[in-house]
Amino acid sequence: MALLKLEDVHVALEDGTEIVKGVDLEVGSNQVHAIMGPNGSGKSTLANAVMGHPAYAITEGRILLDGEDVTELGADERAQRGLFLAFQYPHAIPGVTVTSFLRSAINAVRKARNGGTDDPIAIPEFRKELLAQMDRLKVSRELASRYLNDGFSGGEKKRVEILQMAMLKPRIAMLDETDSGLDIDALRVVAGGVKELVGPEMGALVITHYQRILDYITPDFVHVFVGGKIVEEGGPELAKKLEAEGYAPYEEVAV
Amino acid sequence: MTETETEVVEGIGSDYGIKYGFHVPEDYFFKSGRGVSHELVDAISSHKNEPDWMRKFRHKSLDYFYARPMPEWGGNVAEIDFDNIFYYIKPTENQAESWEDLPPDIKDTWDKLGIPEAEKKYLAGVGAQYESEVVYHKLQKHLEDQGVIFLDTDTALREHEELFKQYFGTIIPQNDNKFAALNSAVWSGGSFIYVPPGVKIEMPLQAYFRINAENMGQFERTLILVDKGAYVHYVEGCTAPIYSTDSLHSAVVEIVVMEGARCRYTTIQNWSNNVYNLVTKRAVAHKDATMEWVDGNLGSKLTMKYPAIWLMGERAHGEVLSIAFAGKGQHQDAGGKCVHVGANTTSVITSKSISKDGGRAGYRGLLQVDKSARGAKSKVVCDALILDEESRSDTYPYMKIEADEVDIGHEATVSKIGEEQLFYLMSRGLTESEASAMIVSGFVEPITKELPLEYAVEMNRLIQLQMEGSVG
Repeated sequence: MALLKLEDVHVALEDGTEIVKGVDLEVGSNQVHAIMGPNGSGKSTLANAVMGHPAYAITEGRILLDGEDVTELGADERAQRGLFLAFQYPHAIPGVTVTSFLRSAINAVRKARNGGTDDPIAIPEFRKELLAQMDRLKVSRELASRYLNDGFSGGEKKRVEILQMAMLKPRIAMLDETDSGLDIDALRVVAGGVKELVGPEMGALVITHYQRILDYITPDFVHVFVGGKIVEEGGPELAKKLEAEGYAPYEEVAV
Repeated sequence: MTETETEVVEGIGSDYGIKYGFHVPEDYFFKSGRGVSHELVDAISSHKNEPDWMRKFRHKSLDYFYARPMPEWGGNVAEIDFDNIFYYIKPTENQAESWEDLPPDIKDTWDKLGIPEAEKKYLAGVGAQYESEVVYHKLQKHLEDQGVIFLDTDTALREHEELFKQYFGTIIPQNDNKFAALNSAVWSGGSFIYVPPGVKIEMPLQAYFRINAENMGQFERTLILVDKGAYVHYVEGCTAPIYSTDSLHSAVVEIVVMEGARCRYTTIQNWSNNVYNLVTKRAVAHKDATMEWVDGNLGSKLTMKYPAIWLMGERAHGEVLSIAFAGKGQHQDAGGKCVHVGANTTSVITSKSISKDGGRAGYRGLLQVDKSARGAKSKVVCDALILDEESRSDTYPYMKIEADEVDIGHEATVSKIGEEQLFYLMSRGLTESEASAMIVSGFVEPITKELPLEYAVEMNRLIQLQMEGSVG
């Protein structure tokens, strides 16, 4: 069974404008899917709506996570069930350190999975895991005691997003334009970090404009997303084709 | 990562009613009738066996109290029913030196509040005031041997009358304002501290103020003298049972920080939502001295409190760090005052206010730089966080600058918790209230990080409690 299943998902803004116009998608464990599309195609809206952003209403269709309909659930409940979104523009939380935030997030998830009763992670265990993941993702240890995303460079923010993913161990990880703003070295580390987590326990959905990140994480499936819809699907070779030809042919079709 | 964070997380789910809002039966040595009068003032003075000058001081103060009109600014004090308040309750005949010597109900109260345990772990001395009197008091022996005086104010008047008389009522005159006048008339309890030259007290001294009776009026009086080059950190905490009718807490705190000395005064005010908290606090800082007020206001129905520092000597430094959290039915009118008199004096006022569920939190402050204060520097930062549409924040930053060549900065921000910030945190599994609490904890972090670990934990836990809206 697919871990994440979208059935004819339509997404509209608060003013009623429809941005996503019927998407069907299945992401299984051990799979990497890429959603590729031009700017303004609605791919970030799709990712945010799947995560449960309150400003994006799912007007039609369903979202299933591990077989459970989560369409009506809040972002927190979706996260507790194993959904994760690496943000394109992560927000700063002044006064809250990366460490403190991560432990609170892990404990919130553990509490939810423990039927609402606190089940906090032991501090030595947390600390060991955090340091190991930081080293693996080449996140400077100094960032652990800084305020979350407060004054971070673009690259630091993206690495910390992946660090959060590594710590929270989701079932489905959605990466929204994680490659933007990263230099090649950072991209390699970040992509490597994602790749390592993809396996029997996790599937990934990589949302990107460019094929660049896909040089480091080879997708099993590529979906071309234009005008709020998937207009073509294929294997990794489709990404290469897009790189060569751009989105213009699809945009003409979509219009 | 620190212990703080763990305990903060573990603290979620606690509840004011159970932790602080309880009350125990009254079995008191003496309880006055309701209302205030010259007869009552006489009775208090007689009970305390005071010198005649103090009796006269009290009577004169009461006349000032009667003569002064109610303040018409700040919060709504018009509904205080002065005739319905009990002004003096003496719970026990004698002060105890051991917790075991207290009546069981009173001892249980302190146990529930965790005071004896805190004393063992990280305090250099403790005073515990219950209603009008300090029922327990103790200072570590080695500090006593160094000449440190830490007593309840009544005992200090008996045992150190000369020193007492030299400073008492000099920083805050008895007619300073209506509530200081009332305190001067009926004061009882509070702390008296003298730190001899050069003595630095590493661990905090703490006083805890507890109201138990309904319609109680608590009027403690604190006087702190920090002699040359000495240091003390004094911490006060306060709680009360939840009643449907009002209580009144009106303290006066006077502090003198002598040359090169430093005093830090930390308050974690967590009165129940039926307490009017109208307090006058003022410190004088002499040459090269440092005075710091760390003022956390989380409880009470109405708080009006603006800890002040008069920077008299050259290069004296003052800081006011203020947190005000107003939830449902609460009005926190808090802030700070710095008055620069000496040359090259410096001050920083940092205020963080949070309002929620229709609460009203504000900053009211004064920055005054006299002509004599050449080269003074000051920075005032007030940030407000408003959590919903029903709540309110006000900022009244008064400034009076008369000197030349001064460096004055003022910043103010008002913000709301953004939907995007909440979504970001919730997408990591935090519930909406956990996410809001996290943003609020982060907002006040510049102040909580200044607190000793145990108090930072306490402050964060109280904020969590407020965020859950379980108070009152």
